[in-house]
Amino acid sequence: MWVSFLLVFMIIGILVYFYQLSNGLVVTNMTNQVSWGFYISNFTFLVGVAAAAIMLAVPAYIFDRKDIKDVVLMGDTMAVTAVAMAIMFVVVDLGRPDRIWHLIPAIGKFHFPESLLAWDVVVLNGYILLNLAISSYILYQHYHGREPKRSRYFPIVLIAIFWAISIHTVTAFLYSSNSGRPMWNNAMLAPRFIASAFASGPAIMALGLQIIRGMTNYPVSQSVINHLAIVTSIALQVTLFFIGAEIFTEFYNEGEHAASARYLFLGLHGHTALTPWIWTAIALLLLAMTIFMIHRTRKNPVFMNIAFIFTVIGIWIEKGMGLVIPGFVPTPIGEIYEYAPSIAEIMITLGIWAFGLLFFTVMAKAALPIQCRYMQKNSDPPHPEACTAFKPD
Amino acid sequence: MSSGRSRDKKSENADFARRHFLKQLGGVTAASATATTAHAAWGGSSLSDTFADFFQQHYREMSAEEIKDTLERIERKARKRYGVDIHCKDTAAMDGVLFGYAINVSKCRGYRDCVHACVKENNLSRDTQYIRVLELDRDNMNLHDADHYYNSDTVPVAGKHYFPMQCMHCDNPPCVKACPVEATWTEPDGIVVVDYDWCIGCRYCMAACPYQARHFNWGYPKLPADEITTDTHYLGNRPRPRGVVEKCHFCVQRTREGRQPACQEACPSGARVFGNLLDPKSEIRYVLENKAVFRLKEDLGTEPKFWYFRDK
Repeated sequence: MWVSFLLVFMIIGILVYFYQLSNGLVVTNMTNQVSWGFYISNFTFLVGVAAAAIMLAVPAYIFDRKDIKDVVLMGDTMAVTAVAMAIMFVVVDLGRPDRIWHLIPAIGKFHFPESLLAWDVVVLNGYILLNLAISSYILYQHYHGREPKRSRYFPIVLIAIFWAISIHTVTAFLYSSNSGRPMWNNAMLAPRFIASAFASGPAIMALGLQIIRGMTNYPVSQSVINHLAIVTSIALQVTLFFIGAEIFTEFYNEGEHAASARYLFLGLHGHTALTPWIWTAIALLLLAMTIFMIHRTRKNPVFMNIAFIFTVIGIWIEKGMGLVIPGFVPTPIGEIYEYAPSIAEIMITLGIWAFGLLFFTVMAKAALPIQCRYMQKNSDPPHPEACTAFKPD
Repeated sequence: MSSGRSRDKKSENADFARRHFLKQLGGVTAASATATTAHAAWGGSSLSDTFADFFQQHYREMSAEEIKDTLERIERKARKRYGVDIHCKDTAAMDGVLFGYAINVSKCRGYRDCVHACVKENNLSRDTQYIRVLELDRDNMNLHDADHYYNSDTVPVAGKHYFPMQCMHCDNPPCVKACPVEATWTEPDGIVVVDYDWCIGCRYCMAACPYQARHFNWGYPKLPADEITTDTHYLGNRPRPRGVVEKCHFCVQRTREGRQPACQEACPSGARVFGNLLDPKSEIRYVLENKAVFRLKEDLGTEPKFWYFRDK
């Protein structure tokens, strides 16, 4: 059911992408004024999700927390999935995907280190390779019933942890380096990116792990979910503080540099397309933060999951429609074009999300039985019912 | 001048190896293509042309012979697509020339004759304009208050002044830095150009430009065949492919042969001054030395080679 549901969206997405390929990006609602839209918004959000995998990797590999170690491979898988989706969002945004080989060093002409986009290509591909290396090594060892050698994987884990910060930092620099666009050209951008990523990523992971727990017998300890709730809670507080600091600076002595912020938060010359979005996002984030900060609501599974969902939606809006689009409105010479994604953009976006969910499902179905078998044999004390098998679909 | 990088045909070994590899690849595919489908049309051009397009090297990496093939292919494709015989050249920059532009704001009346001459000369898609003339109140210099879409049939309007804007050909161009594949660069004569056949269409340069000077071909350029300017340049006004970025190139097809850019030629009020910044006797040098000139967004450090001044 689940898989065929995803396949339908994927196939629709592929068909619409072919429609876009044969007609050009004219099928999107992007223009010379707002030259990046829904695709790059989703890309930005997903890079953050990928970076947040270290919120499992650090406690698992550095602090050796047993409960988190049991699920850390799912964090790696999520990181790989998110980066793969992020790369797909960039590819569907390209006017000439047939020329993508121009980016390959030595064969094409790779503008490194000058171009921040070249940096992004390096860090994203590197991150995917690092995560694949870690998870495939550990799974391979577990498959053979062996304990992975710490000396083998730990150095890669350490690199991957720093690398994770770099992917979202570089992505933030991609925007903040543009001195012609004051809303982005701001040293706060990279810290804001990291803070919001550590809210949205752990929230998605917490939701995903609970779904895995519900669908299979795989042991996901509640202590892992609680850990992720606390991480999300702190990251949300920092994120909202950063947003507040930025609002103050933009508006206290409001100048032309605040035009995009005014457009986003209050509307500019009667143009208010993004205003409802950003206030929805801020309201969701405030609600989620409140739920997480009150012990009784945070420990209530229903409230906690509502807060996780609010966090994901809130950051998705804030990092996408709330950051990428207003950077282009007004243009650096004051023109206002209000952007909303076209049907084609929405269908292709849904297709990539469906691909991501399917990819994660397949990876999880392959990895979890290996993990289960290994746990049954090597747990001390043994997991009581340690994932005998998958529940039937 | 930031980068007077000359077009060095014999670059390092890596480049040679790369070219060699691609040539072999292209040769194999082209050979098999001609054998089977010599006359086949594939997206409007022959299969061998399509392969040659795909494997075409960066403009500054191509040998003289490869450039000649490419220019011929461009002419062939224009004939197929528009039924028009164009001439495509790649005139190199002249020695001792650095182009600059200055606009006399007191003289500009906002007729937009420059805009339309540019569209025609540069084979622009009829929904794209390199030049944008802004209308502002006389006492206002804030671009954010400008009217971009005023009616040019009723100008000049009393109490207004007009600011034509186009690519500023910055000496420190943020767009060039941004491009991940070096598809845009500064030529030795100071013109910031785009290799339309190398651009991957990521549009990062558009995000980087503080002057809104870059334009993207979202669909196929809407170019009426009977209005095509047939004297074209590889880095200039040749018909553009879909999905790539383009911008003002100071009419490279004209100015490298000592002619005026089309916008200057069309201006009825003499507001436009174009010339060689390295020639002490040029009009542009006179303006820079004797008028109170200013540039847009100077605080960004982009160093535009595009000035504005007033008579009074």
